[in-house]
Amino acid sequence: MPPAPPRRRARWTERLRRAASTAPGRLRLSALALVVLVLAFGALTGWQVTTRNQAADQVLSSSQPLSQNAAEIYRSLADADTTAASGFLLAGNEPAAVRQRYQGDLANASQLLTQAAAHAGDSTDAQSWVSQLNQQLPVYAGLVETARANDRQGLPLGAAYLRYASDQMQNTLLPIAQKLSDYETARVDRDYGDAQSAPWAAYVLGALVALTLLWFQVVLFRRTNRVFNLGLLGTTAAVVATLVWLTAGVTAADSALSRSRATGAGPLQALDSARIDALQARTAENLNLVARGSTTAYADQWTKSSNLLATTTSAGQLGVAQRLAPGGAGQDVADARAEFFTWKQRHDAASAKNDGGDYQSALDATVGSGPDTTEQAYQAMDAKLAQAADVEKADFLSAAKSGRDATGLVVVAAGVLAVLAAAGVLAGIGRRLAEYR
Amino acid sequence: MARTRRRIRSGVLAAALLVPLTLTMSASAQSGTGEVRTTAAPALTPALAPEATPACDPTKSVRPSLDESGPAVSAIKRRGVLIAGVDQNSYRWGFRDPATGQLEGFDIDLVHAVAKAILGDPNKVQFKTVPTDQRINAIKSGQVDLIARTMSITCDRLNDVAFSTAYFEAGQQVVVPRSAKATSIGQALKGKTVCVADSSTAQSELKSDQHGAAKITVVGNQLDCLVLMQLGQVDATMTDNALAVGQAAQDPTVQVIGPSLTAEPYGIAMAKGATDLVARVNQVLADYRQNGWQASYDKWLGPYLGPSNGPPPANYLP
Repeated sequence: MPPAPPRRRARWTERLRRAASTAPGRLRLSALALVVLVLAFGALTGWQVTTRNQAADQVLSSSQPLSQNAAEIYRSLADADTTAASGFLLAGNEPAAVRQRYQGDLANASQLLTQAAAHAGDSTDAQSWVSQLNQQLPVYAGLVETARANDRQGLPLGAAYLRYASDQMQNTLLPIAQKLSDYETARVDRDYGDAQSAPWAAYVLGALVALTLLWFQVVLFRRTNRVFNLGLLGTTAAVVATLVWLTAGVTAADSALSRSRATGAGPLQALDSARIDALQARTAENLNLVARGSTTAYADQWTKSSNLLATTTSAGQLGVAQRLAPGGAGQDVADARAEFFTWKQRHDAASAKNDGGDYQSALDATVGSGPDTTEQAYQAMDAKLAQAADVEKADFLSAAKSGRDATGLVVVAAGVLAVLAAAGVLAGIGRRLAEYR
Repeated sequence: MARTRRRIRSGVLAAALLVPLTLTMSASAQSGTGEVRTTAAPALTPALAPEATPACDPTKSVRPSLDESGPAVSAIKRRGVLIAGVDQNSYRWGFRDPATGQLEGFDIDLVHAVAKAILGDPNKVQFKTVPTDQRINAIKSGQVDLIARTMSITCDRLNDVAFSTAYFEAGQQVVVPRSAKATSIGQALKGKTVCVADSSTAQSELKSDQHGAAKITVVGNQLDCLVLMQLGQVDATMTDNALAVGQAAQDPTVQVIGPSLTAEPYGIAMAKGATDLVARVNQVLADYRQNGWQASYDKWLGPYLGPSNGPPPANYLP
């Protein structure tokens, strides 16, 4: 066994040495090397572009929708909490719509959680957050139902259960949902990075292959005094064409992806944070009335969240959302901003009534059925923001699709051109070899 | 939830109501005079003895007066609304009727009586719900004119606020699930996790004597203890028997264990300097004892505490 390999290697290197010592042998070896080079360039180009495409597809079909999902999960959970508090404030007058909205929120959250679980992928963190939320959601719903059952029997224990449920939501579920949402947002950023990474290896190898081909043709010209070798010229043309196609495709894809980010994903994230701040302000507004002066925590939370949204002096989250919003959505966000100031005005009026001892009027102005309640202003604002989100989602989809598809042909082209280039090498060098016969 | 279903069985409910009835009969038997209480309390809990210093008799308050020219009373009259700190979680004392959203109860009736006497309209009241641990703070910072919220008059608290004469007698007892099969407070607490409201008398009671409790969980309100107890996060709750029976009335699977560890008079708390208001409120209470107290008791507490011997007598400073 030990003596065999050296003998075989010696025979192989001997043959190579002998082949290189003759002119036709050298030509054959060069042909082999060039074919390997152009095929390698084609394969590398195809692989790098495919990787980019997959990342772009990931943004389009997975990470961006999932990040929207995560934001939606957060919003559904927070809205369920707010709605449960409204139902409590409305006491025996809770309209069916409030109950339906609460149930819709829970159904929505659990459906989105199922989707999130299916796409959590290999991230153990994301999986564990989703499963924690899946575990906690029925517990929360159970607490709210216990609160209702006690409420219906006229027992103040119901209110104590509602406080406990809300506490669980605010301090356990929502922080987990926030982590999930942050993680998904980071994943969008990462996939955008992958989708927009320049295929440097393909560029460098392509340039090397083109230079080698030129050098080889110059050497061949010196040896044989023939200016044009059509086969090798074709190979050169194919390699250069691949490089040009690659560059053009990548540039087009990058600009489309950047657009999808600028008019879709980015503005959507800004809208999501604005809507979440709005919900927090709304929850604080309701819970402040539930607490009925027993704590200033909710009033402080209102001030904090509403100041984050917008103040008379600073643009706030709504300002950011408006600045980022693409043409079609800008007006919606502007309208939402106007509704927000209406809401704020009504809130201040209601809270002045509350401070003046008129709890019932404050309650009516906040959750009542009239047209001038803060509830109505909040809903109008959120509807406008939802409308803007729909526009931005559509913009995102179309731009991200053209970003993904811009390099789709490059893969095919790189394959076909590599085969043509290899054929060019064989044809071109074959002609020279024929002259030795 | 199995527990919720069980709660509806009326037979259990009736049984639950019997226990507190006998317990508070003994509590109200003690409540006749100060002498009975001071002799009974040290016998039950020697740890409490140092608190009953001879210099301080918590039941003594300023003499009643109809005068409304003092600064505190005229401030309320000028404002036109009485700001009262109450609770919305104490069943039958101060609680929110879930059907109407209105605050109701024995303490709330008392506030309406004060508003009617001073402002001529029982509804000229702004209710502010105050957590147990914020009661003294709310008075001191002037957020409320008075606190009517099952607040025991203690010598400690008299350092910070002034109290009206006593309008009820209560004492600390323990609520446990029936399944614990406890027969005495020592048995109910030994090695258990016990829940109390922050800054409540129960909390200071456990501070001076743990009664064998392994762990103490502090929450904002005694009713939060019942939630935690139903969820299995605590084993027992220590609170005023007046509130404990409220818990038992809301959940027939728990029972109240006695006898009372303490004897505490409930009073209306007001700012320390507002002597004119205290005197005016004492006048309202003097009238209320004759006319109103019994009706309110029968409406809110009678069904749970049984017939009463009437309000505790007023005890005035010389």
